[in-house]
Amino acid sequence: MSARTPSMYSDDARQRAARLGLRLGRPNLEEFAATLTEIAARDRNVMVVTSDSRGSGKLVGFGQRLPKQIVEVGIAEQNLVGIAAGLAATGKKVFAVSPACFLTARALEQIKADVAYSDHPVVLVGISAGVSYGALGSTHHSLHDFAALRAINNVSIVAPADNKETHAAVLYASQAVHPVYLRFGKAPMYDVHGPETGNHVRSAMVVREGTDVAFIAIGEAVIHALLAAEDLYDRERISCRVVSVPALRPFDQGPVLAAARECKALITVEEHSVCGGLGEACASLLLESGARTQFKMVAIPDEYTVTGSQADIFRHYGITMEGLARTAHRLLESI
Amino acid sequence: MSASHALGVSDRELMIKSLEYRKDVLRIISHAGAGHTGGSLSSIDILNVLYNRVMRISPARFDQPDRDRYIQSKGHCVEALYVVLADLGFFPRSQLTTLCEYGSHFIGHPTRKVPGVEHNTGALGHGLAFGVGLALGLRHDDLRNRVFVLLGDGELAEGSVWEAAMAAAHYELDQLVAIVDRNRLQITGPTKDVLSSEPLESKFGAFGWHVRTVDGHNVAALTNALTVPPPQGKPMVLLADTIKGKGVSFMEGVLKWHHGVPDVDEYRRAMEELGAALRQVGGHQ
Repeated sequence: MSARTPSMYSDDARQRAARLGLRLGRPNLEEFAATLTEIAARDRNVMVVTSDSRGSGKLVGFGQRLPKQIVEVGIAEQNLVGIAAGLAATGKKVFAVSPACFLTARALEQIKADVAYSDHPVVLVGISAGVSYGALGSTHHSLHDFAALRAINNVSIVAPADNKETHAAVLYASQAVHPVYLRFGKAPMYDVHGPETGNHVRSAMVVREGTDVAFIAIGEAVIHALLAAEDLYDRERISCRVVSVPALRPFDQGPVLAAARECKALITVEEHSVCGGLGEACASLLLESGARTQFKMVAIPDEYTVTGSQADIFRHYGITMEGLARTAHRLLESI
Repeated sequence: MSASHALGVSDRELMIKSLEYRKDVLRIISHAGAGHTGGSLSSIDILNVLYNRVMRISPARFDQPDRDRYIQSKGHCVEALYVVLADLGFFPRSQLTTLCEYGSHFIGHPTRKVPGVEHNTGALGHGLAFGVGLALGLRHDDLRNRVFVLLGDGELAEGSVWEAAMAAAHYELDQLVAIVDRNRLQITGPTKDVLSSEPLESKFGAFGWHVRTVDGHNVAALTNALTVPPPQGKPMVLLADTIKGKGVSFMEGVLKWHHGVPDVDEYRRAMEELGAALRQVGGHQ
């Protein structure tokens, strides 16, 4: 981990968030750990399996409080998933927690065969996902996990945008009777939801109304889309809708199709490779539905990323308030 | 071993069953035109002893948490499993001949769509970790049921097997039993030439396991090895020395029968041999 963790937000973006009154919450990972600990304290059938990852998973407290409900497998992700599946087959509600990069690559066959195909309802928890590990480099980035898991049947794929979606996601996963993948980063997150939305993860939610451009965003990229939307309206009266898509499976198509009908342009935003994630899911949906709209995918291009912190990488690829505002401008100008 | 065993079925009855199972294996593979003949014949005596004598399991109580578990990590030898499950009444024997047919659940590797199957297998190197998870889950519920995982010796080249082996010893899972169907052949050739996994006795021993070596075709020896408990706190591995294609003279130890399917003449000869063996032990033909 780098000694300094630069802010994910420019001064302008922070000021924008402050003017909007957005609360800066805790990292989704911490919200996950706290919610899970509460659930597990009430139900001894809830168990956690870690691969030398309880520290990074913020589960040290869980281990101290509920030592009989945590299984450590050492640095062995394949074993993590296989053991989790076996535990689930004895009726345990199992959360298998490991860095997303290793969990969804090293153990992909175990996810496919032991969890998804065998239908043992394990909750796979990918921590420090996307480019959270920043300058640790591409070995530690998970920019493939949406694509890999979308191509594996029978795994829900959930990437919460803020603490509220995270809380809802953990509740959803704890009650799921089929496999679920949860994806968390480690940066503190602003709230993107007001009181009315964000209470569940099964449907995509409009977090800001608008008619010129629609940002369709997932996970920890949603906040940047929301700040860009506010910025565009405040400066230029460009009206932007923001849709948070917590789940790629089940994929709630309605709000995406509505945005395509009701807005002039549509921009997808994700902390994932441009290959196989939210953008391509929306592209295929729109084309198949016959929608005609200007469309742009903002994601990590098909390359090993520029080096730097998570903030540097986001800025480099335009997953920031400023970058997304620029993209929206260019797209509107092309109409 | 006495003629009638404490658990209700005699060695002779088991030997008869083994021969009948072998005939069934050949019958369904021949009918389907596909299957893993050699390994099904090398592992059938192990399954026979497990299901008919050792494990606490039956169709009636398959949904009970306090049942023993069997995981066939070497999933490709599924024909042996199907035949035994049919005999135990998990499904009608008539379903066996749907093997590999369009829409049949009886495909070339076990899935939970077939009654009696605990876990979908087929990709090698997965079963032991799953078994570790089962054993941990049972222990969490204070259940002493045992978990049996069948592996191939070729399969032991998968690193994930050894991850699971480490965890089993670390967690002192004496409810867990790994059985290696050591037939010493894999699809490319002799395991010692493809990638030697020997010496398995000392390898598993070094990983903290209690090791037993047994003749994998001797039902009395298998029974003894599987019923005498291991030392407390130790997972146990049974290195079952077997012969690929066992029971049919021209298949025994011959590589092509890994997934070779007998033609009409070979099928007739094989069934005649098994029939003669049955008559010798006094079973029905």
